[in-house]
Amino acid sequence: MLRAALPLLGLPLAGAAAEGEPTQEPGAPGEPPPSLALFRWQWHEVEAPYLVALWILVASLAKIVFHLSRKVTSLVPESCLLILLGLVLGGIVLAVAKKAEYQLEPGTFFLFLLPPIVLDSGYFMPSRLFFDNLGAILTYAVVGTLWNAFTTGAALWGLQQAGLVGHVKAGLLDFLLFGSLISAVDPVAVLAVFEEVHVNETLFIIVFGESLLNDAVTVVLYKVCNSFVEMGSANVQATDYLKGIASLFVVSLGGAAVGLVFAFLLALTTRFTKRVRIIEPLLVFLLAYAAYLTAEMASLSAILAVTMCGLGCKKYVEANISHKSRTAVKYTMKTLASCAETVIFMLLGISAVDSSKWAWDSGLVLGTLVFILFFRALGVVLQTWVLNQFRLVPLDKIDQVVMSYGGLRGAVAFALVILLDRTKVPAKDYFVATTIVVVFFTVIVQGLTIKPLVKWLKVKRSEHHKPTLNQELHEHTFDHILAAVEDVVGHHGYHYWRDRWEQFDKKYLSQLLMRRSAYRIRDQIWDVYYRLNIRDAISFVDQVGQQLVVRGQKGSRGLTLPSMPSRNSVAETSVTNLLRESGSGACLDLQVIDTVRSGRDREDAVMHHLLCGGLYKPRRRVRAGELRMQILEDARERQDKEVFQQNMKQRLESFKSTKHNICFTKSKPRLRKAGR
Amino acid sequence: MGAAHSASEEVRELVGKTGFSSDQIEQLHRRFKQLSGDQPTIRKENFNNVPDLDLNPIRSKIVRAFFDNRNLRKGPSGLADEINFEDFLTIMSYFRPIDISMDEEQVELCRKEKLRFLFHMYDSDSDGRITLEEYRNVVEELLSGNPHIEKESARSIADGAMMEAASVCVGQMEPDQVYEGITFEDFLKIWQGIDIETKMHVRFLNMETMALCH
Repeated sequence: MLRAALPLLGLPLAGAAAEGEPTQEPGAPGEPPPSLALFRWQWHEVEAPYLVALWILVASLAKIVFHLSRKVTSLVPESCLLILLGLVLGGIVLAVAKKAEYQLEPGTFFLFLLPPIVLDSGYFMPSRLFFDNLGAILTYAVVGTLWNAFTTGAALWGLQQAGLVGHVKAGLLDFLLFGSLISAVDPVAVLAVFEEVHVNETLFIIVFGESLLNDAVTVVLYKVCNSFVEMGSANVQATDYLKGIASLFVVSLGGAAVGLVFAFLLALTTRFTKRVRIIEPLLVFLLAYAAYLTAEMASLSAILAVTMCGLGCKKYVEANISHKSRTAVKYTMKTLASCAETVIFMLLGISAVDSSKWAWDSGLVLGTLVFILFFRALGVVLQTWVLNQFRLVPLDKIDQVVMSYGGLRGAVAFALVILLDRTKVPAKDYFVATTIVVVFFTVIVQGLTIKPLVKWLKVKRSEHHKPTLNQELHEHTFDHILAAVEDVVGHHGYHYWRDRWEQFDKKYLSQLLMRRSAYRIRDQIWDVYYRLNIRDAISFVDQVGQQLVVRGQKGSRGLTLPSMPSRNSVAETSVTNLLRESGSGACLDLQVIDTVRSGRDREDAVMHHLLCGGLYKPRRRVRAGELRMQILEDARERQDKEVFQQNMKQRLESFKSTKHNICFTKSKPRLRKAGR
Repeated sequence: MGAAHSASEEVRELVGKTGFSSDQIEQLHRRFKQLSGDQPTIRKENFNNVPDLDLNPIRSKIVRAFFDNRNLRKGPSGLADEINFEDFLTIMSYFRPIDISMDEEQVELCRKEKLRFLFHMYDSDSDGRITLEEYRNVVEELLSGNPHIEKESARSIADGAMMEAASVCVGQMEPDQVYEGITFEDFLKIWQGIDIETKMHVRFLNMETMALCH
């Protein structure tokens, strides 16, 4: 890997400066006798990794600097700032070293920078939403990209025939090739910009899904056009066209199949990692990366492979791996993806400075900009009109505007254009310049303006509410009702097939791929319930803590504390902070309270004992801190309260019998002993 | 000729009453005949002929919903023994997609109707409130598909959900207050943020009649 990285980085200024200090070779004739060198400058040995680390460090420091100013980051998306920074840095390097070093090399990009981003988005893709909108996503990805490619290419060729594009020597095929690489919506750019805009989920998933799935189409189009160009337009026969169409299916379905195979392997392997928990995150990354590389090796769509791998394996992997591994996987993925994104944008900026690589033609540039915007908008409108006939929730005009405007081009287009062979495509330099301008335009101009546009159009924003237990329950009831109605009516609709799939999954797949303990209690309702319980228990402890503190001050006066906590009433008392600091977000390890050596020891210890005492006995004495809900038909006060406490106890105890591997069970025996 | 003429009269009437198109009514009629075995009415037993329904955990509640007088708009409570085609259509109309041409008020009305259907499913004793027992019942049935979750856990989940519902609907409560159950208004409150009208429908556009196993 080092060898590969070396040519990518070139010699920096520091390297140039360091050239003058080679180490003395001992024993060479005519040289002074070797003495022990106290200090040797070993630049060459660390050059490659040092540079990689340095660039990533510069990018990260830049990010920190950007975020110091709230105002700037609320107006300008990060990607813009990074590209501009890249431009500046590139300018500096150019001025000092007199030649442009550091480019966005396609090799690095496709092998190292793109996979983390795609993996992150595939793994955390909301699969339900994705499959609900799959029809729309596929339409836009396949039909839309083909439309964009052909119309842009043809229009540019028309422009050339009309004489407006003077210097560019290219035929129809060349323009089609260019059209194919400039027409694909880029996942990196879409993610970077849309992440800050927070449109509603349907819109986001459609645009983002499109950007992921169109990779197959782009790959096929690019390769087909490239080989046609290489063969020469005269030699292209009808069978080649057919082969091109066939390869579309092969590439996309093959890529997806590779992804699914690796997802299966990953899920299966994680089933057996109970004793070797430490390698779980590693397995996830390795197998997903292997899926990417395998697809890339077989010339299939690598992005599709990784997306499918992430989508397919998530459910089983999350059930199998330990909680800590889950956190590790999540944060590492996010870090890697963020880091890759930062580096990509910076390198884009830097690469733009190298003027030896490009040649300017105003007609081509302006024409391309106009055409991609226009044809995208037209394509979106046409396809939406067709889709709305079939969709349950039609996409309205505002959605269409955001979709057309959100079709950003990015680093993928740039990498593809650099890969072109100058001997076969003489107009490459013009294409490179145009691509750079297009990418900059979309990321900077469109990125800057999309937020105000979204606000102005009053696009429905995403509402971030955590799923309540009721909602989860009702959603499940829904699914069953709708499936049943479809059965009664005899209509094999979407719900029918989804139900079928869930049955199949429950019977065969989950049994095979999930750890036995996880399989037993696998249920979405259970998960929501579990999370809510943890949260309730924490806030319960908080309330008790509050009451304790105040009690100490005010004596035994009753208090009015909030009733059953709504989502927002978790007070920031010491216990919550402790639990958060110890990183145990969902691990209610009460021993944490015991072992913390802070100034609040006494309070915490008292709280701990109160919990031991309070949870397992009828709490006649702790009146003020009680939760005030009584939900039984029987109105007898005290008994109701006690039954409620029993309820709380039952809820906590039910964990013991069904979920063995959480920290709670460790503290249970202690509580039991103290409480008796 | 006479029979065909009166049949289309009926169809027109039904179109007027339920809002389905005549095509859809024809298809649903065919399905109705399949289910009922060419009888004019359907009883509960006829639903046993739908094989896929067996795998559904809340099967009994759904079948019950078809015969519920409140859904059929025939009375405040109780179950009908059998339903004819018009009743069948009435139930089906709860699942029609929202027309793009409808205005705000009609959408709101549609939404309430669908939520009322759901409410009736939960509220099995027709007293206008979903009590804890009934909620527990629903959750137990929902989770009955998973043999490893015990009844205890199902009950706890139902209790938790109930508490959550109460906190949403009533907020602060006095220490002596007893929360009776979820009324329809509370139910509406819980569902406020969610687009039920876009989620609760079945597409009636293309249907192939399925073979039933006898």
